[in-house]
Amino acid sequence: MTNKNANSGYEGITSVETVTEGLSKVGYISTSEISTAIFVAHHLRKPVLIEGPAGVGKTDLAVSIAKYLSLPLVRLQCYEGLDEAKALYEWKYGKQILYTQLLKEKLNEIVSSTGTLESGLGKLASLDDLFFSEQFLEPRPLLTAMRQERGSVLLIDEVDKSDEAFEAYLLEILSDYQVTVPEIGTITAKVPPLVILTSNNIRDLGDALKRRCLHLHIDFPEPTREQAIVRARVPNVSEVLLSQLVVFVQSLRDKNIRKKPSIAETVDWARTLILMHSTELDHKMVRSTLNVLLKHESDIESVEKDIHSMVMQSVNQNTEGRLNTGYPDIE
Amino acid sequence: MAERVLTDFIRALRSADVRVSTSETIDATRAVAVMGYSNRSRLADTLRCVLAKTVDEKTTFDRLFDLYFSRDSRSENKEQESERDHALDDDAQNMMELIDNPSDTNFSLAMEKAGEEVGIENIRFSTQVPYYARQMMKVLGVGELETKMMEAFSKKTDVGEQEAQRLIEGRQKVQGKATEYVKRAFETFGSGATERFRNEILSEKRLSQMDSHDLARMRRLVDRIAKKLIAKHSRRLKRTQRGVLDVRKTLRSNAGYGGIPFDLRWKTKKKDKPRILAVCDVSGSVARVVRFFLMLVYSLKEAAPDVETFAFSGRLEDVGDILKSEEFTPAMDRIVNSIGISSTDYGQSLSDMKTDYWNKIDRRSTVIVLGDGRSNYGDPRCDLIAEAKERSKRLIWLCPEPESLWGTGDSAIPQYIPHLNKIVHVATVNDLERVIDEVLASYS
Repeated sequence: MTNKNANSGYEGITSVETVTEGLSKVGYISTSEISTAIFVAHHLRKPVLIEGPAGVGKTDLAVSIAKYLSLPLVRLQCYEGLDEAKALYEWKYGKQILYTQLLKEKLNEIVSSTGTLESGLGKLASLDDLFFSEQFLEPRPLLTAMRQERGSVLLIDEVDKSDEAFEAYLLEILSDYQVTVPEIGTITAKVPPLVILTSNNIRDLGDALKRRCLHLHIDFPEPTREQAIVRARVPNVSEVLLSQLVVFVQSLRDKNIRKKPSIAETVDWARTLILMHSTELDHKMVRSTLNVLLKHESDIESVEKDIHSMVMQSVNQNTEGRLNTGYPDIE
Repeated sequence: MAERVLTDFIRALRSADVRVSTSETIDATRAVAVMGYSNRSRLADTLRCVLAKTVDEKTTFDRLFDLYFSRDSRSENKEQESERDHALDDDAQNMMELIDNPSDTNFSLAMEKAGEEVGIENIRFSTQVPYYARQMMKVLGVGELETKMMEAFSKKTDVGEQEAQRLIEGRQKVQGKATEYVKRAFETFGSGATERFRNEILSEKRLSQMDSHDLARMRRLVDRIAKKLIAKHSRRLKRTQRGVLDVRKTLRSNAGYGGIPFDLRWKTKKKDKPRILAVCDVSGSVARVVRFFLMLVYSLKEAAPDVETFAFSGRLEDVGDILKSEEFTPAMDRIVNSIGISSTDYGQSLSDMKTDYWNKIDRRSTVIVLGDGRSNYGDPRCDLIAEAKERSKRLIWLCPEPESLWGTGDSAIPQYIPHLNKIVHVATVNDLERVIDEVLASYS
C-alpha cells in the first residue's frame, strides 16, 4: 500500500488504526466506521460525504484530519447562490484593466506600426493570451486545493445549501480532480486533495453526487464515546460530573423535542457547569443552565417538568456507569 | 470466488431496494481489495460507506450483511476444516454421505453447493421455499436415497427395517436443513422483492378499506411517495425571465469593467412556493382517506412547506397547528374523535371557513377540499365554493366516492361541480399521488 506520490502528505494514512490514533492525537475521538471511511477514501481517491445532525463534529473531522496530516485545509462554505466564480477561479479584472492602461502606449506603438486595421487586430489578438494567463487568475478554494504541492484537505461545507447547478458543477472536480478554465485549459491536481463534503440534510442531494462519494453517517455518539469527547475537550471535568452529564444529555435526546442537543452543546454545558463550580448534577443547577443545551423556548418548557426525575436517574446510573468506563477519578 | 461473494451480496442489496450502481460495484471491489475479507466488522464498515448512501439503506445494509456474511463465513471456515478432515471429496455431497457423516461441516458445504446449482439467489417469494427445498433435495440425490430405502425394505429383515428407518430419519434431517437454508436465502435475496410486491398491491388498495395492520406499511409507502414528489418538485425556484434588464445588478456586476455593460444581468422572477389549504371532511368513512391524504401532504415539507389544514364535519376548525407540532397518528386520531363525531354540514362548515379563515385564501394558494359532499340535505352553499375559487389559484375537490354515486341520495357533488377547477375521484394512494403531483406541478 505504498503511495505513488512520494512527496504527498498522506503518508499518515497507512492503516485504519493509524487514522484513529492520529485523529485522537489532535483531539478528535473517532470510531472505526469513521476511520475506515477516511482510509478507504484515501486509497480509492474518493470524496467522503458526511451526513448527520448538526453539531456532531462533521466539519470538525475535516479540520482534525488536516491537522493530523499537517496539510493545508481549504474550506469552501456553500450557500444559496454560490457560483463557480466564487468557488473555483475568477479573473482579476482590476489588474487586467490596470495593465492595459499602463501598457496603453506600448499597445499603441504595436498597433500603429501595422498598416491596415486587420493586421492591427491580428496583433492585438495575439496579445490576448497575455491577459488571460495564470498571472491574472484569482484562485478560489477549489482551485487552491488542487494546486497544493503536498495535497490538501478540501472541505466543502454544507453542500446541501448550494444550488443544484453548483452540485452538478462539482461532479467534474470530484471524479477527476481537474477543472477546465476555457482560456487556459484543463488544470489537473498535482496531488489529489482529500475531499470531505458535509450535509445537514436541508435537501436531498442528487444521486449523481452520492454515487461519486463514499457515504458516512455520523449520528449522536454512544455514551462512552461522548464521554471521551467531552474529556478530550474539557480536560478539567471530574469523572463523576462527566458521566452524570452525559447520561442526562443522552436521555434528553430521547425526548420529543425540536432540536436535540448535540456534542457541541454537551461540551458547552460541561464548560458551563465547571464555571459554576458544580461537582455533581443537581436539578436547580440543571434548570438554570438548560438554555445551553436547548435552544428553543418550547423545548425547555416541555422537558422542564421531567428534569427532576432525569437528574435523579443520571445521578443513580452514575455509580454503575463509572464502573464501566474503567477510568480513574481525577477529582 | 471472492468476487462472486461480493456480486451476490450486491444483488441481495438491490433486491432490497438499495440502489447500487455499476460504478459503486467497482468501488466496492477496489475497497475490498484494499481492506481484505479477514476482519468482519471492518469489511462491514468498508462496504457500508461504499454501498449504502442513506440512513435507510444503511439499516437494510446491516441486516443483509449479517444474514449474508454469517452464512458465508461459516461455510468458509468449515471448508478449511473439511480439508483437514479430508472426509469430503466431490462425491461426498450426496445424501448418503450426509447421512453417514452428519457433521455441520458437511451439511453447510453440501447446502452451499446445492444452492448454487439450483440458483437459490433467484428466490423471490416465500411461497417458493418448498419448491426450492425440493430442488435442493433432488440435487443432493434424494432419488438414490429412495432407491436404497426401497431395497432395504424389500429385504424384509430386521436389519433391513433398521437400515430403512435410519435412512428415513436421515432424509428428514437433510430435508430440515435444506428448508432452513432456503428460508435464509429467501431472507437475503427475496424479502425485498416481496416487500415491493406488497407495496404495489397496497398502492392500488382502496383507502377506505385499509386495516390497522396496513398502517405501518402505508406509512413507509407514503414516505417513499413523498420522497419521490419532493425530488421532483423541490427543484430550483428561480427562473430567468428573458428580455427584462436588471439595471442595478448589471451596473454592479460591471463596475469592474469601468462601468461598460459587458455582462448583462436579467431580472429573475421568483416562482411562488406551493401553498396548500386542505379542507377535510373528517366524518365517518371519509376520515380514512383524509388520514392518508394528510399523511402524504405533511410528508412533503421540503416541496410544500406551506400547508394549512381545516377539519370539519358539523363545524370547521383549524387543525394545522396540532398536525405540525405533534406526532401524526395520535394527532389525527384526536382530530377525528373530536371533530368528526357531529353530523356533517357542508354549508355551516363553509360559512365557518368564511368568517374565520377567508383571508388565508389568496392568489397563490390551492384549495383542496376532500369530502363526499354528503351534507344531510342541508344547503350546500355553492356560492361560498364559487367565492373561494375566485379568491384562490385553484380549487380542487377530491371525492372518495366513484362518479356513479355522485348526486345519489344527499350527495351535493353535482351542484358543486360547476364551481370547481377540477374534481377527482380518489380511491387509492396512487390517486392521491397523482393529484398532489399535479398540484405541485402547477407552481412550476
